[in-house]
Amino acid sequence: MQNVAIADQLDELHDPQTFITKYVYSQDHKVIAIQYAITAIFVGLIALALSGLMRLQLGFPDTFDFIDPSDYLQFVTMHGMIMVIYLLTALLLGGFGNYLIPLMVGARDMVFPFMNMLSFWFYLLSVIVLLASFFVPGGPTGAGWTLYPPQAILPGTPGHDWGIMLMLASLVIFIIAFTMGGLNYVTTVLQARTHGMTLMRMPLTVWGIFTATVLGLLAFPALLVSAIMMMLDKTLGTSFFMPALVSMGESLDYSGGSPVLFQHLFWFFGHPEVYIVALPAFGMVSDVLSTHARKNIFGYRMMVWAIVAIGGLSFVVWAHHMYVSGMLPAFGFFFATTTLIIAVPTAIKVYNWVLTLYRGNIHLTVPMLFAIGFIFTFTHGGLTGLFLGNVVIDLPLSDTYFVVAHFHMVMGVSPIMVLFAAIYHWYPLITGKMFNEKLGKIHFWFTFLGTYAIYLPMHYLGFLGVPRRYFAMGSTDFIPESAQSLNASITISALIVGLSQLIFLYNVIWSLRAGKPAGHNPWEATSLEWQTPDVPPHHGNWGAELPTVYRWAYDYGVPGAEKDFIPQNHPVTDAEQTAGEHEGR
Amino acid sequence: MKLVIALVLLVLGSLWFHWWSPWWMTPIASNWVAIDDTIELTLYITGVVFVAVNLFMAWAIFRYRFDPSRRSHYEPENKKLETWLTVITAVGVAAMLAPGLVVWADFVEVPENADEVEIVGAQWQWSYRFPGADGILGEVDSRFVSSDNPFGMSPNDKAGNDDVLISSNELHLPIDRPVKLLLRSKDVLHDFAVPQFRVKMDLVPGTVTYVWLTPTRTGKFDILCMELCGIAHYTMRGHVVVDQQKDFDHWMSQQQTWAEIQSIPPGDPIAGKGSYATCAACHGQQGEGNLAMNSPNLAILQPWYIAREVHYFKDGIRGANESDEYGRQMAPMANMLIDETAIRNVAAYIGTLTPAATISTLNGNVEKGAFFYNSCGACHGAKAQGNYALQSPRLAGQNDWYLKRQLENFRLGVRGAHKGDTYGHQMVLMARSLQNEQSINDLLAYVNTL
Repeated sequence: MQNVAIADQLDELHDPQTFITKYVYSQDHKVIAIQYAITAIFVGLIALALSGLMRLQLGFPDTFDFIDPSDYLQFVTMHGMIMVIYLLTALLLGGFGNYLIPLMVGARDMVFPFMNMLSFWFYLLSVIVLLASFFVPGGPTGAGWTLYPPQAILPGTPGHDWGIMLMLASLVIFIIAFTMGGLNYVTTVLQARTHGMTLMRMPLTVWGIFTATVLGLLAFPALLVSAIMMMLDKTLGTSFFMPALVSMGESLDYSGGSPVLFQHLFWFFGHPEVYIVALPAFGMVSDVLSTHARKNIFGYRMMVWAIVAIGGLSFVVWAHHMYVSGMLPAFGFFFATTTLIIAVPTAIKVYNWVLTLYRGNIHLTVPMLFAIGFIFTFTHGGLTGLFLGNVVIDLPLSDTYFVVAHFHMVMGVSPIMVLFAAIYHWYPLITGKMFNEKLGKIHFWFTFLGTYAIYLPMHYLGFLGVPRRYFAMGSTDFIPESAQSLNASITISALIVGLSQLIFLYNVIWSLRAGKPAGHNPWEATSLEWQTPDVPPHHGNWGAELPTVYRWAYDYGVPGAEKDFIPQNHPVTDAEQTAGEHEGR
Repeated sequence: MKLVIALVLLVLGSLWFHWWSPWWMTPIASNWVAIDDTIELTLYITGVVFVAVNLFMAWAIFRYRFDPSRRSHYEPENKKLETWLTVITAVGVAAMLAPGLVVWADFVEVPENADEVEIVGAQWQWSYRFPGADGILGEVDSRFVSSDNPFGMSPNDKAGNDDVLISSNELHLPIDRPVKLLLRSKDVLHDFAVPQFRVKMDLVPGTVTYVWLTPTRTGKFDILCMELCGIAHYTMRGHVVVDQQKDFDHWMSQQQTWAEIQSIPPGDPIAGKGSYATCAACHGQQGEGNLAMNSPNLAILQPWYIAREVHYFKDGIRGANESDEYGRQMAPMANMLIDETAIRNVAAYIGTLTPAATISTLNGNVEKGAFFYNSCGACHGAKAQGNYALQSPRLAGQNDWYLKRQLENFRLGVRGAHKGDTYGHQMVLMARSLQNEQSINDLLAYVNTL
């Protein structure tokens, strides 16, 4: 296979000797992955706690003294931004991308290990800058995670001085971190695949992460420039996004800028961002489903093309976030059409996941439960997207709780289900220990049923017309009293789901010490990461010799084979050869 | 097995919830029935897919559960099946998209006979402008915005003179007449939304956006801002009243044009001094207020605020609630000021009084109070100086016992609950973020330092 040599210089690996070089200034993709993951989960827990506070206010208004309207908006903003960028993007790409890409394509490490290390340190810095905004005068920004100007930088919005500047600075640093990591992922996939690992033999996990990274490299620059331009508007008084306006009764010096321009730039990044989160999840869930159903993924080629098609289309749908933004109304025709077209490849993916289960031999392990939970939640969230994407339906539903419920189902709960599936699935490889299955199942049931109890009813508040980002509803004629009890029940579900994540944390930490040894390839999976000589894989991954790949990643239940799975690095037998030709493969 | 049952129950439960839910779209009050129809069609199509996919999945999980004696079926792909599924999905998607686009074409195309009304948004209030007899809205520019000209009417455009300016949060529209709402923001993004009308659109500073509709049902509907616009976003409310034509005409005849508003002379303090003699009995010669009489300090208040509140007392918007003991004393007093001129004069006179220092009567934690004041400062200002543009009175220098009583009144809905008191309603929502007496004391201890 082409260019394998570049990654196969074993004597140049410089195995780290001290604790610091091994775990802190490490250039090993596996250690960097774990650093990314721990940091991301840590900030994710902060964001989870913030959502709990928001829900307390919404479920039980006029009860808590320590949440005032400014705090509430700050919680909303920080919760959203942390979850989307600093948890999901970082954990899926920085965490799983880093861990799995080299192992799955049969490389010894990322192509640029030093840059990979820098990527993590920049990410950590961006998190520190972000969290610092809790401690500056005025607190963090409360402009909503979309940070729309003019309000983001004007008085009347919490954190309009320090908070917003730190937020924008943190985003800039994050994007630098992402670019260094992203270039690595793309180059590694393209250049460092082992012998026989053709593109169409790669596991879908790699396809998903690869495509998402390409999206990120193309989309994040739009956010980068808008962050810098907004900082200039704030500090130097430029007018990129600021028209002439009167704030708090005073005429400001701005003139000629366009708030809608910011929205275009933001969503030019923001919509691909949805798929930067979704595509790795699509990939990983495909592999989890296939492994635990003991069946080949159905329609592999279609799955690959669907990932690529979704990735491409995701760049031409952004303005469906802006149907009521006051942009040229005629745009609605174009963006509604592209948006609904994207439903087709997405639906194909759902069908193929379900058809992978069909005629399989299904083990309901903990990762499998989460993977199936994902299919359910993703189907639900995807279908409600057909409402919002269809421009006229967006008119009544935009900015209501329907939107909140939709995007939490589709890009909150669904990717998180996959993240849990993935963590449970790869935990034995990463740690060499098995997690506690009973606790894993309890965690699944609380998370799966609990999140549905949060978000299903929330759609109906949206149909009613209840606006989002409201600190309190007060008395509003069209909202019946019963809506408040619904809100209270949503809050209780949310708190239960939030607390049940402690079970997960306990399981993951406790099993590190007390878990049973996982042994080699406990799930009997076919893909390369399970075929390393050591578990967990050592520095350099493959020992003396790189593996050679002879087949795709989904040879489960191959007729006539000795076992119900054949790893990718097992040569094709003569019997298979004939059977394959017979079937026309 | 548990999972199979759970999936089936979740599907059935979702359907049950859908049919049972008392939370559903408000009865429509505009011409946009086609939007509701598109939603219903989409619900059916997506509902069928949701049920079919998940029940099939539940069945597959049950039917193909693990059995050590069996192997899965090896079938990498099935072109025919995949093609069929793609085609069916595409047809389903087209069936939802096509009617949607047809309705959108209606939305984009405003009927030629539509009336025009301007909706003006500013943190955190609505106001409205009708084009008047000439049917043309006069030019506006944010450069001209001031406390005397909140709409920013251009002095160079005569077409603006007959524009009818509505500085209250209540808009009236006639039934069955198509109307194009021109949306203008003075400061940040807002969104004009009336759930019963179905359509909504952002207000964007620097440009004028629009939305059109025909009201089809009389009644009074909530206007909400639906684009995050800062701390008091959730209090940015208004009402739209859909009237029969004759009621609408009557309402319109009572509103003032820009020319009429300009012709009202400014208050004359000398003329107002006489009327103030009555006020002084309770509020003191220098308007300093009196704890024994429960009368607040007037000298610190802005004249426009005094005028507004006197109007509220006269119109029963304030001081009519049975629990508002002292407000009820004020109402008949306000009636002694006969007309607009008298009110302006006395307000102007009060504006000339020198505020006396007030004595604090409360004990509170100033630091905690500063924290609570965060949200108050957005409207009342960092120094509690008040702001005409936000219709917020000055608080600095006011008697703390008075502010405390007002906060409690707002919290209990004794003040601010009247439909006409749109600014008071904002305070009702705001005051509710303070949960107990100690918090109020802390807050006011801080205000005393300003």
